[in-house]
Amino acid sequence: MSLFKSIFDKPWDYQGEDPSLKGKELAEGMHPKRIALRMFLAVVFVLFMLFIIAYFIRMDLDDWRPMPEPGLLWVNTGMLVICSIFMQWTRGAAQKNMSQQVKWGMLAAGIFTLAFIFGQLSAWEELNNAGFYLSSNPANSFFYVLTGLHGLHILGGLWVWTRSTFKVWSGIEIKAVKLSVELCAVYWHYLLLVWLVLFGLLSYT
Amino acid sequence: MAYIPIADQTDEMHDPHSFITKYVWSQDHKVIAIQYGGIAIAVGLIALGLSVLMRLQLGYPEDFAFIDPADYYQFVTMHGMIMVVYLLTALFLGGFGNYLIPLQIGARDMVFPFMNMLSVWVYLLSVIILLASFFVSGGPTGAGWTLYPPQSITGGTPGADMGIVLMLASLAVFIVAFTMGGLNYVTTVLQARTRGMTLMRMPLSVWGIFVATVLGLFAFPALFVAAIMMTFDNLLGTSFFLPAMVSLGETLDHSGGSPVLFQHLFWFFGHPEVYIVALPAFGLVSDVLSCHARKNIFGYRMMVWAIIAIGGLSFIVWAHHMYVSGMNPYFGFFFAFTTLIIAVPTAIKVYNWVLTLWEGNIRLTVPMLFACGFIFTFIHGGLTGIFLGNVTVDLPLSDTYFVIAHFHMVMGVSPVLVLYAALYHWFPKMSGRMFNVTLGKIHFWATFFGTYAIYLPMHYLGIMGLPRRYYAMGTTEFLPDSAQALNANITLAAIWVALFQMVFIVNIIWSTFKGKKADPNPWEATSLEWFTPDNPPKHGNWGHELPTVYRWAYEYSVPGVKADFVPQNMAPEDVVMEDPNAKYVGHDG
Repeated sequence: MSLFKSIFDKPWDYQGEDPSLKGKELAEGMHPKRIALRMFLAVVFVLFMLFIIAYFIRMDLDDWRPMPEPGLLWVNTGMLVICSIFMQWTRGAAQKNMSQQVKWGMLAAGIFTLAFIFGQLSAWEELNNAGFYLSSNPANSFFYVLTGLHGLHILGGLWVWTRSTFKVWSGIEIKAVKLSVELCAVYWHYLLLVWLVLFGLLSYT
Repeated sequence: MAYIPIADQTDEMHDPHSFITKYVWSQDHKVIAIQYGGIAIAVGLIALGLSVLMRLQLGYPEDFAFIDPADYYQFVTMHGMIMVVYLLTALFLGGFGNYLIPLQIGARDMVFPFMNMLSVWVYLLSVIILLASFFVSGGPTGAGWTLYPPQSITGGTPGADMGIVLMLASLAVFIVAFTMGGLNYVTTVLQARTRGMTLMRMPLSVWGIFVATVLGLFAFPALFVAAIMMTFDNLLGTSFFLPAMVSLGETLDHSGGSPVLFQHLFWFFGHPEVYIVALPAFGLVSDVLSCHARKNIFGYRMMVWAIIAIGGLSFIVWAHHMYVSGMNPYFGFFFAFTTLIIAVPTAIKVYNWVLTLWEGNIRLTVPMLFACGFIFTFIHGGLTGIFLGNVTVDLPLSDTYFVIAHFHMVMGVSPVLVLYAALYHWFPKMSGRMFNVTLGKIHFWATFFGTYAIYLPMHYLGIMGLPRRYYAMGTTEFLPDSAQALNANITLAAIWVALFQMVFIVNIIWSTFKGKKADPNPWEATSLEWFTPDNPPKHGNWGHELPTVYRWAYEYSVPGVKADFVPQNMAPEDVVMEDPNAKYVGHDG
């Protein structure tokens, strides 16, 4: 890593402008928004990792009663996978400047995301009707908190999605939203990954 | 983005003109920095007032009828939380981070100015929520700044109904604000440095703030997780942290939860938090010491590596705050070991500061006085940390005034002295005016001796066994009457210190409006912020062309050079030598 290598520089040795930085401009691959998103995903990783560690610690205590997962969750997982596929497809379309595909791709991804959210809410309702209340067992509490937190992250993503989709449909040049589409796709893949980990955790414990 | 922050800007600058866009909804990092600083100092003054009330009660337990035990615990809690999170974290990172990062790396602004503005307003919201808890029924929480459950959310603890809810909400909002700011600082340092500004040419202030921000981004989620789970326990009846218990004669609905789990989460945030405050202080004080000693910082690379090493180690020492909670002895051994290892990079930094002063051409200006004061208080507080890092020594001392003395020296007084050093050092840049030097010196000596008068005796009281967290000491067999006399003296010293902080406030306010116009580079410093075309710098910082950096920020007293400093942005051919035939080659020549 260049970051790691550069901390061995001897700043008092070399006098003069660093030739490697001559006329440095924002290279495409180094856009600040990309760096910020990666950093943010790292923060989200720490957040969920801490919850998962807390989950394992709490699970070891006596009163833990595993909770059955409604079959609906498999359907919801499917929805989220479809979202990711659409996002990836849209990202590719944006690279190739295909505005029709980007329009419909974004819209489809959003619709399936909303379907996922409603699916999750129905799963909550199903569990609640079956008597698995939030506070009746720590396993239930973790289920609601983790799915809720994941849902909130999705909603946060939808806010950015709304802005980008609005721009796409208002006829803006695809070049101007290419980065937003790409970042949306990365964020959606990441949340799919988080969901798969959470779903696995909730199902097998 | 309105413009790319590292590019030259050839078209006309668009300064915001109306009062609202210039000073209120401003996206200029310098205005945001001052907003952060103003809010932090205001809320810090409230915390200062609370500490005086606490000391009045402790020094004269019979005389202040209006302070009852519940009040006392509320004062303690709010004082601690405000000072650590809402003052120190916000002022170092939100204040100095915002002000110095773009100026010292040669950027026009933060890379996401809008998010930066959002950050300060969300921070203000968190402060308002926090202060609102003074006005709800039951008052603010009195659970101690660590907010340990179950007592923080069960009956009998002051503020257990609304106070704790507001506290947790305020912390969650603060974390959101910090994350928005933090992503900005990290990305700006990585992506918006000007030509020639390699990572290893950055002033240590930027390094300290940068690494502290990374720590904050990864540590605050732990507090966020703990706050969410505790809110659920409190409001929705879950049992993440709450075991089965009887409270005030009533059996609660909770069962099976683990209070120690909260402690792990809290301290996984809480220990890095110490370094979130300390690392920017280390960075800022390095720059102040080097500049006012007219000498390059001793061991620049070691300083950077030590900052990184301390940052990394700070994530694997958290349980040394929990020795008294009980743990597997092997864990105790591990955490004592890692804790004592941190002394190595920290000691490297202290030696390097002292060696920077060695044979320097020291100018005892007001910022330099504060920076030197910091070296004293930091060594002092650091040494008692070595005592407390050992399990067997910590156990008897943990609940005594020794601990209060330790952490106030090391992360209360020391960072505050650096804050003053930095505020005085950069005040001429921020306001364009000079502060009153006499008042500054009075402020320093009163604060330096005053804080020693407060905390030095506390070490002895602690070793004697005086317990902390008590509302009044009463009479015990092992404490002589003189202990109470000492306590009363500490209170007088605390009032003295609090009063003299007003000298600073008056000085700053008066100087901002009436002070002498400052030279653009009054300290003859080398780093970029002193070479802006305007003083104080305008929106966009650099006029049309960004500065080019040719060297590090510590080129002081270079042999053969006429001036005793060479700015970072001065081209080698422009450096004037004493001998007109000599060629400038820097320190190595």
